Order: sequence, then structure tokens, then C-alpha cells
Amino acid sequence: MHKKEDSFSLGLFYKTKESNFLEYAQATLPVENNTKPSMSILDEERFHKLTSELRCLVCQNQTIADSNAGLAVDLKNQVAEQIGEGKTNDEILSYMEERYGEFVLYNPQMSVENLGLWVGPFLVVIAAIFIAVNTINKHSKK
Amino acid sequence: MSLIRVWLPLVILLSIAVIFVFGLKNDPSYIPSVRIDKKAPSFSLQTLEQAINKSDDSKISPKNWEGKIWILNVFASWCVACNIEHPILMKLANENSNIKIIGLAYKDNPDKTKEWLRKNGNPYDMVLVDLNGNVGIDYGVYGVPETFIIDSVGMIRYKNVGPIQPTFYEDHLLPFINN
Repeated sequence: MHKKEDSFSLGLFYKTKESNFLEYAQATLPVENNTKPSMSILDEERFHKLTSELRCLVCQNQTIADSNAGLAVDLKNQVAEQIGEGKTNDEILSYMEERYGEFVLYNPQMSVENLGLWVGPFLVVIAAIFIAVNTINKHSKK
Repeated sequence: MSLIRVWLPLVILLSIAVIFVFGLKNDPSYIPSVRIDKKAPSFSLQTLEQAINKSDDSKISPKNWEGKIWILNVFASWCVACNIEHPILMKLANENSNIKIIGLAYKDNPDKTKEWLRKNGNPYDMVLVDLNGNVGIDYGVYGVPETFIIDSVGMIRYKNVGPIQPTFYEDHLLPFINN
């Protein structure tokens, strides 16, 4: 029932023509892009951790681990290659950031530009508590 | 006091609405390049002819155009949007022989690239072959076509994602040439 091209969907749900049920595809890499050298279990874990921290540039709401878009596959191969070369996680992530900007990271670092996003929600909560306490106090004094 | 209490929520709501309306106009697929005003990444590539002739040479690097303003246009024969900008590139090439237009055939079969150029015309002073897309990654390419303007000291000064506009020369090249 699985046609050959179905093996391209790496862990994605897909719909076959034969059935209306969503089936879970076998996690196999397409042969032509399978440049991933055989990895130790430890490296395999790093590979999965890193690729799930990197955004797919052409399918923005997915990590490259979840995507089989051409560029995502290329970037996964880069990650595998660089793990093989003995690069550290930080080195690999900053390689990506140098080329595609902070946007490529799913866990961006705190910086002056995005400080508002990190601190903002807490400020709103503090303000809400302040207003709530004030209102309660005012009404209970009546 | 009560006047503020009535109007303040409305004012806040409206200002948020205005921000959201402007947000709708943003293109979420546009990712600003971090390579602007940085040195153009080096590469060592084959020309299209060398790739087709299976030559071992791959010595073309950005040093080739040192001291000149040049354009790096990332394209491919499989790229549909490239057909849109192709006439604009042809016109640019015909009218400005002083600007080097370098094509980067991105993840394309060299024979297909050649055939595509034969059919549509070749605006490029040189076509380089990036078979596995690694040079593309170095330049932060995430879609084809992309066009980079690189100045005489080898710095990337502008990047265009998607087909270039007919006013590309006036808008983006002329200001550099005049400087």
C-alpha cells in the first residue's frame, strides 16, 4: 500500500489515495539525500535535539526535524556533517544563526531588542495583580 | 475620573486594533538578511561550462570581481518565479555592461541550466554551479530567486528575495554606482 514516494514523509502524517485514514509514515530518509553518515547513539541524540531547535525557513511553523522541504533537508545534512566534524552544539547553532539570523532559532537568546517580549508578560501580570488588589481593597472598605 | 474609566479601555482597544491592522501588511515569509553589510562569503565554484565538461577546476571565487560592483543572482531552471524576473535581468545586462551579473545555478542539473539559458537568453557574465546548495546556505538563501548586490570591497549591500522589480536598477543599483 505504501507507494515509494511515501517514504519521503519523514514522520509526517499523510493521506494515501487508497484510504481516508491518516497513516503514520515510516521514518526513512529519501535515498538521494541520505548523506547522513552512520552516527553513534549519542550523536543521533544531538542530531535530533539540534534539528528540533532550528526553524524551517520555508515552512516557518515547523522545525527542520519535522520538515522535508529541500532547504530543511540540506540544513539537516549540514547539522549531521558538522556533528561528524566534532563541532559543539553552540558552534552548529551559531553557524545557522550567522546565515539565517536569530529567526532560525526556536529558542532565541534574550537581547535588548526582544527584552520586551521576555519581560512584558510579567509586567502585565504584576500590573493586573496590582489593580486587582487595589480594587478588592477599595470595595472591602465600603 | 469616570470619564477616563469609560474611554480608556476603548482607546486601548483601538490602538491595539491599529497595530494589528498594520501587522496584517507584514509579509511573514520575508526574513531580513543578516548578511547585509557583511563580507560576501567566499566560495570556490565551477562555471557552468566546467561543470558540463566535467572539469576538475573549481577556482572561481568572489575575488574575481574585486574592485567592481557585482550582482549575484541565485536562480534555477526549476524555479518558476525566475521566469518573472528573467526579462528584467536581460534588460539590465543589455543596458549596463559595466555591472557584472553573476548567476548562481542553485541545486540544478547543469544540462538543464544550460538548456534553460539557451531558451530564455543568458543575461549572466558568468554562471556558477552550486550543485548541493552549500554556497546558498552560506549566503542565507532560503528561496529562489534571490539577488545580492556586492560592492567593490566585497561587502553585501543589498539582498532581494523573490523576483526583482523592473525598477531594481534605479532603486538599488544606481545609488551605489553614484557613490
